Amino acid sequence: MPYKLSFPIVLAVLALVLAVPSNLPAGEAASKNVILSTTTSTQDSGLLDVLVPLFEKKSGYSVKTVSVGTGQALELAAKGEADVALVHAPSLEKKYVADGKLLNRRLVMYNDFILLGPENDPAQIKSTKSSPKSSIDAMKRIAASANRFVSRGDNSGTHNLEKSLWKQAGIEPKGAWYIESGQGMGATLGIANDRNGYTITDRATYLAFRKRVTLAILLEGDRPLLNIYSVMEVNPANGPRINAAGGKIFADFMVAPETQAVIKSFGVEKFGQPLFIPVAGMREEQVGE
Amino acid sequence: MELIWEGIKHAGLLLLSRDAEVLGITLFSLQVSSAATGLSLVVGIPLGMLLAMKRFPGHSLAVSIINTGMGLPPVVVGLFVTIFLWRSGPLGFMELLYTPTAMIIAQVIIAFPIVAGLTMAAFQSLNPNLPLQLLGIGASTPQLLWLLCKEARLPLLAAIMAGFGGVISEVGASMMVGGNIRGQTRVLTTATVLETGKGNFEIAIALGLILLVLTFAVNLLLTHIQQREQIRWPKPS
Amino acid sequence: MAEALLTLRDILVRYGPTTILEFSSLSVHAGENLAVIGPNGAGKSTLLRLMAQLQQPTQGKIYFHDREALPSNGLAIRRRMASVFQEPLLLNASVYDNAALGLRLRGLDRRSIEGRVQPWLERLGIEHLRRRRARSLSGGEAQRTSLARALALDPEMLFLDEPFSPLDPPTHEALLLDLQRILRETGITTVFVTHDRDEAFMFGDRTAVLIGGKLLQTGPTMEVFAHPENLEVAQFIGFDTKIPGVVESANEQSAQVRFNGGYAQVFGDFQAGEELFLCLRPEDIAVSLPGVEGPKSSAGNQLRGKALKVTPWGAHYRVAAACGENRLVALITKPAFLGRKIAEGDEIVAAFEASAVHVIKRN
Repeated sequence: MPYKLSFPIVLAVLALVLAVPSNLPAGEAASKNVILSTTTSTQDSGLLDVLVPLFEKKSGYSVKTVSVGTGQALELAAKGEADVALVHAPSLEKKYVADGKLLNRRLVMYNDFILLGPENDPAQIKSTKSSPKSSIDAMKRIAASANRFVSRGDNSGTHNLEKSLWKQAGIEPKGAWYIESGQGMGATLGIANDRNGYTITDRATYLAFRKRVTLAILLEGDRPLLNIYSVMEVNPANGPRINAAGGKIFADFMVAPETQAVIKSFGVEKFGQPLFIPVAGMREEQVGE
Repeated sequence: MELIWEGIKHAGLLLLSRDAEVLGITLFSLQVSSAATGLSLVVGIPLGMLLAMKRFPGHSLAVSIINTGMGLPPVVVGLFVTIFLWRSGPLGFMELLYTPTAMIIAQVIIAFPIVAGLTMAAFQSLNPNLPLQLLGIGASTPQLLWLLCKEARLPLLAAIMAGFGGVISEVGASMMVGGNIRGQTRVLTTATVLETGKGNFEIAIALGLILLVLTFAVNLLLTHIQQREQIRWPKPS
Repeated sequence: MAEALLTLRDILVRYGPTTILEFSSLSVHAGENLAVIGPNGAGKSTLLRLMAQLQQPTQGKIYFHDREALPSNGLAIRRRMASVFQEPLLLNASVYDNAALGLRLRGLDRRSIEGRVQPWLERLGIEHLRRRRARSLSGGEAQRTSLARALALDPEMLFLDEPFSPLDPPTHEALLLDLQRILRETGITTVFVTHDRDEAFMFGDRTAVLIGGKLLQTGPTMEVFAHPENLEVAQFIGFDTKIPGVVESANEQSAQVRFNGGYAQVFGDFQAGEELFLCLRPEDIAVSLPGVEGPKSSAGNQLRGKALKVTPWGAHYRVAAACGENRLVALITKPAFLGRKIAEGDEIVAAFEASAVHVIKRN
């Protein structure tokens, strides 16, 4: 029968494909794995694609980077499903540290958020530049004039920063003008661009999407818009099989001078400016000065 | 449209330049999904045959579970497998989370109900007296099962294609249990999501196209085998 | 009597609360053709499956060549037999591949298979269809292929389950004649299941009558058809008229039996007072209008009644009549019928020969 020839061929192909077990770790020693929980925007920036291989080569550990939403990243660490966390939501982080779930919070780097909006700036944001808390004023103006604003709405670091701005402005954003995308930064930017609305984004994402977005930077550099990244170690008591040693070594790595130098130069070639500013060792109040 | 054209060009570039990372991801996707499909066949085909040919207490329940399983959302499978494989979960001691093995496990759970359900339909489409006749000319039980498989080979191949198609294209489970870790558990689907999220739309489209071509090639091969045996309807004389 | 090739003892087949088959003994002798007849649902197919080692009885033992058939030697025994069913049940392959299947399953080499299959293809007149796909065959061609498949195995026993019943009458008849010739030439021991009395008559050296799961009579075909032992068998093999009666007087050779509406003289050894059924085939009853000169018959041996229904029946007419409480069925030739001009509702006289009466004791 004709099919008789083809069947062995298919099986042979399958066998060949399956015979390369390079990626199937049969007996990888568990203690050589470090699970890093971080956020999607950190991963998307590409910084970890540079730092993680450096770390692996130097330490001999294998890093499993789990990039999810900020809330999930912190919760995973709190449950002990990760060994070290790298996130950028200071207010949330402090709660976890206070609860004893996360230990040894150390600043690593920061970038900033910027306020984007339509070129013609209907809410007159630019005029707030002079005031010290300009970002807060800007939010007040957007709400007052009910100009369209697109929020992440997903409890991410960006969303948390936006919420703290509203809180400081004393406003609870509600109404047809306030749109919650529930998605990542890229998608949210797309929506804001489409609807010609205001939005807050991290600079790295903006740089990546710059070509596709016609919105203009209307506000930047304000203290409340700073996006501070910290590394925290997971409390070994959080759950079974936590690689506390590996987590510590990774955390130490993030604040080490050589690593900080790499961070400083990241993105310069591609975007003409660094995406992150290393601040290990600084006190939080000092950041941004 | 221009974006898609850019994507096609980029895909060609990636493949022709034999970009190591892309080739690695492609090969890995094929390995994981082929392994998962293969295991699903080992579990699913005998199960499907059993359900088609034997009645036992709980038979309708089993069939309902299989039929429900055919429509399982991959992301839900991923969630449940993750919970099991967490360090704090019942299988945490196996240290399987974020490994290719975990991805294969999740994909087997997705694929085997599809294979079992379609195999069951394949065997139910056979004449119910056929097994008796084959025994009646001296077939042993293993010979009987082999002959029935050969007789049902067309719908069986469809079951294999459906199982493979279901897992090579899923992203929810792979993302959750694999973690999309570079060089370790990144597959074409999760890489596409990543690149889209980063705004690298050309790369995302390129990866998507590679996935489509891959799936198409596999199905082309299997369809070719299947259709060679197709009934040729006799011309009306 | 030739050796008993296959013997079934104390058989019971039950599915849950329902009993499908129950009988104490049945044998098939080497070289004979056994016809198993009975109405639909009697359990004939189940019986055949038991004999062909395709099904285990709930209780009972089966012996092949005097050795008990057990699951351990089931396959070995099965491989000395072959079955042909109502549907051809061919695989999606060529005629040759289908016919060769049984031999391939037994691991024969290609040349030997060719040597055994080819002659049967020729003998059954399908050699020219060798390469044809089974799906494109006609019903008759497909069933010939199924036969070739079975006969190529040179089996010790051949089981046939109404193999030609779904075919159109001409094909059916052609195949039947062909099969008869083949069986006579090869001498294979055959068990043939059918619900058609005429086929059984044509085919069987012995006949077993299966009704309601019970073997009501087994014996040489002529015997069974001429002398059914009980009412159900009689009914099935064609004694459509059964008249209950009581023996009035008797001697060693004959008796006078009184029944409702008349009396009859019958041959046989009976006692006065015995209760009997007088059984008659339709073709043994002559019907005529009262007063008209009908065919002569023995004294008595007639009833008066009314024709209820007249149906054309091939080359005959079938007359169902009511004579008092008795119902009878007569078959008369067309010319006779047209000559006598009998219509539904007419008063008629039904007459029969004493020699045609088959007596079954009542109790």
